[in-house]
Amino acid sequence: MTLELVLLIAAALFSVGLYGAISQQVVVMVMMGLELMLNGVILAAGAFWWFLSPEPTGQVLLLVIIAAMTVEMAMGFAVATLVHRVRGSDMTDNATELKG
Amino acid sequence: MTLIGDIVFWLFGAVAVLSGAAVFWVNSMARATYALAISFVAVGLQVLMLDQAYLGIIVILMMVMEMAVMAVYMIMFMGMNPALMPMSMVHDKRLSLSIAIVTFVLLAAGILLTAWPSGSPPPAEDVTVALGEALMGSKMLAMVVLSPVMVATIVAGVSLSLNRGRYDRYGEDLRRRNADDPQPGGVGR
Amino acid sequence: MGSAVIEVTPGWAIAAAAMLGGLVYLAAVFNGMLASRTVGRSPVATLLRPVYETARLLRQRRRSTVAADALLWRIGGAGMLVAALLKLTVIPFGHWTLFDFDAGLVWFNAMDVLVWAMIWLVGWGGNSAHALVGGYRFLALAVAYELPLMFALIAPAIAAESLNVGTIIAAQSGLWFVVWMPFAFLIFSVGVLGFSVWGPFASALGPDIAGGAGAELSGVDRLVFFAGRYGVLAAGAAFAVPLFFGGGSGPMLPAWMWFLAKTVLVLTALIWVGRKLPLFRPDQFMEVGWVLLIPAGILQDLVVALVVTNQ
Repeated sequence: MTLELVLLIAAALFSVGLYGAISQQVVVMVMMGLELMLNGVILAAGAFWWFLSPEPTGQVLLLVIIAAMTVEMAMGFAVATLVHRVRGSDMTDNATELKG
Repeated sequence: MTLIGDIVFWLFGAVAVLSGAAVFWVNSMARATYALAISFVAVGLQVLMLDQAYLGIIVILMMVMEMAVMAVYMIMFMGMNPALMPMSMVHDKRLSLSIAIVTFVLLAAGILLTAWPSGSPPPAEDVTVALGEALMGSKMLAMVVLSPVMVATIVAGVSLSLNRGRYDRYGEDLRRRNADDPQPGGVGR
Repeated sequence: MGSAVIEVTPGWAIAAAAMLGGLVYLAAVFNGMLASRTVGRSPVATLLRPVYETARLLRQRRRSTVAADALLWRIGGAGMLVAALLKLTVIPFGHWTLFDFDAGLVWFNAMDVLVWAMIWLVGWGGNSAHALVGGYRFLALAVAYELPLMFALIAPAIAAESLNVGTIIAAQSGLWFVVWMPFAFLIFSVGVLGFSVWGPFASALGPDIAGGAGAELSGVDRLVFFAGRYGVLAAGAAFAVPLFFGGGSGPMLPAWMWFLAKTVLVLTALIWVGRKLPLFRPDQFMEVGWVLLIPAGILQDLVVALVVTNQ
């Protein structure tokens, strides 16, 4: 198990998430794509830590990434709820205008 | 890592990528959510195998909790019944697929062509204690920034998604004793 | 502080599963005895009732509903027992443990979060309105008890300065943790009752919604789900022993005997208390959990941290 192989798995996860984030029309599905991208980043950060520099303080980056993912999910769902209440729809196409 | 460890690691990696792809392929909201949960659990187990015990377990814990709550939101917004209906609502499938594949090829080229420095052997001492000491010591800035951001997220999330705010519930001058809710909750004090 | 446990070979997992089965049987018998006393029947007849119930459910025909999501439904039903077994791997049986994990405390917490997913899946998969309402009620209660449970689990870790279950046991060689952190034990018990849908938190499986999340279960699915529910209760009671009651410590008898005795004591106490307390509605308990239990848990952690730093 070398660094390159683990990074390839992380890159595959990132690409699958990118496909989802670009192509999906429903807000929550776009967020699932973003989650997958961050999933790949978590794996890559863990691999970099283990293979290259397993010093104690390097894990803080992983914790920050996990916290960022949580914050993004919470705010994303709050905004999705608000858009659904105001516009009555959950499609990203209907949320392109800032008015109303 | 040992041979068995390598095989198990590859298995988790394959499960993570395949269930991640399954998120956009299955035709039920609950299945999509739990496919994502499986992907996260696989990545969490891989991080566990990379000697980061606390972080791997935290990923599994938080992501299963998040997916359980996310399933509620999915059903709420998309109103699917458990009967499997085909859902294929995409913008421009071929373009996004090609963008994703091009990205993967570029990343793979970068990974394989970069001259990575040769690594140091993994640490043998207590990784969890080291993380705790780093967070409270040299990397205290991360903790100091994360804590208010979390609290701000809670407050912002609630205030964005409220249907009836303080002024609806307690009157214009906030003087009403008991909140005026259509469905009362709480202990009733 | 060193660890007090030795890791054994994975083949002993079968013995651990057998022990969980024994605890589940004991819990079912005790619950049946208490129930038959309220009805006025003789409690002795309940000693073999779990055997009869198991035989009846194994023989019963498996029913399904129209357009049920069978994959998710069966995963949810079987998952409770799997979560209980996974919890048991980090609980030391006296001196022996199956998995001496560095972050054993967080492993236990992660496995009881699996219960969130399992009960919702059982409620969703059956394509039934009452079952779905039960699953949603459970998620509302879970959001309320989970954070207090996490704060209560941190208190023994602060006192032992480690997340390893063996080290937590070793740190109680002087005084058991339940003596000087009683609120942590109370909030932990609330959490155990919560994730095993027992007593005041049983609205997810309540009779007012035709059995809630377990409404459409029948036959072997019903057996596995309700055995898993008892198993999660037993595993939660078993985890209270290394956390708060000193693991296997005690005079004269070997450590594993003390562990079993304390586990049975905590388990019977939880079942008895669960039958005495009235039902909490999820929206009622939301206020109690967030406004009362979280500050209590944080204050308990503060007290423990002050004691540890001033030693």
